[in-house]
Amino acid sequence: MALSQTLYNTFFRSNATMLGLVFGTAFGGSLLFNGTSDRIWDSINQGRQWKDIKHKYVDAAEE
Amino acid sequence: MLARSCARATRSSGPIRSLLQKATSRASSTSASEPSKAGNVVGNILATSGATLVGVGAVAWYYNQYGPRALAMTPAEEGLHATAYPWEHEKLFKTFDHQALRRGFQVYQEVCAACHSLSRIPYRSLVGTIMTVDEAKTLAEENEYDSEPNDEGDIEKRPGKLADYLPDPYKNDEAARAANQGALPPDLSLIVKGRHGGCNYIFSLLTGYPEEPPPGAAVPEGLNFNPYFPGTGIAMARVLYDGLVEYEDGTPATSSQMAKDVVEFLNWAAEPEMDQRKRMGWEVMAIGSALMLLSVWVKRYKWVGIKTRKLVYNPPVGPRSRTPRGA
Repeated sequence: MALSQTLYNTFFRSNATMLGLVFGTAFGGSLLFNGTSDRIWDSINQGRQWKDIKHKYVDAAEE
Repeated sequence: MLARSCARATRSSGPIRSLLQKATSRASSTSASEPSKAGNVVGNILATSGATLVGVGAVAWYYNQYGPRALAMTPAEEGLHATAYPWEHEKLFKTFDHQALRRGFQVYQEVCAACHSLSRIPYRSLVGTIMTVDEAKTLAEENEYDSEPNDEGDIEKRPGKLADYLPDPYKNDEAARAANQGALPPDLSLIVKGRHGGCNYIFSLLTGYPEEPPPGAAVPEGLNFNPYFPGTGIAMARVLYDGLVEYEDGTPATSSQMAKDVVEFLNWAAEPEMDQRKRMGWEVMAIGSALMLLSVWVKRYKWVGIKTRKLVYNPPVGPRSRTPRGA
């Protein structure tokens, strides 16, 4: 009861706080999700993507 | 069909036989006014067997006429089905191997580009997938393209830039036909999507040329035998031989390695969006399954009251109504 009361008072009592929570979570959540999925994707496809072999050719051109 | 009609014939002959027996026994025991009836029965039998024969014959004739599937295509015309290879880049979560794409582009440039165009690929799409910007610019500048008309209205040539498309080996289709004994080398931009079997077909075709055509195979003049090509007579001769190109990354250039690389490159040419598509696909799957679970939970939450309620019928207590039913 106390917990739900605290939750209610902190987040849901005022509309502005709740909207802020919604948008903040959406922003942070998408960052987190994209970051995680990128990391998984890159680990599955290690060495296969252009960014993994790019250094061979970019460095070679600069030297 | 045939068996069913036979069964029906035997079944229908049963009562007739008993009738016949009855008739003959009756004819022998009673007076001589019966022979006409016996003759009638024989006629019945003849008619029934005749009808059965006609029926069976009709079925047999129909099957003979329409039963066997008539195929306009012979297996040779259809071509040998390509072996299914476990392509790494065709797996659900795998991108193209960009090192292989680079090798494949080298094979395309040094081997295929002599006859085949790749007209839907601009130099800019090679940047960041197969080569660096500088390499692509250098490559583009090796070719000349038409510029805008100048003040006299003449169209001058200018070196290529990143926005230009890869040049065609021939001016037009007629020139291509004339140079290839009437056969038009197809454009390779979408060839992986445009052929049954895709990667498998092209790989099998490139590596499937036998040393010499099998005995009995008719190979017209100017064509080569390839079992994977529909019709088996293909104008393109075998092009990939071991060591034909020299890979810059030191990969041994066997003919199957080159075929594999060029097929992966052509698959990239047909589907340059594949990497992005698969990546977005699995993100959509992840979010979609989370939302699916959520919606299942919400549904159960909303329905729990309806699913667990009980309807109790309490019959009214008191004297029964005297009015008869339906009054």
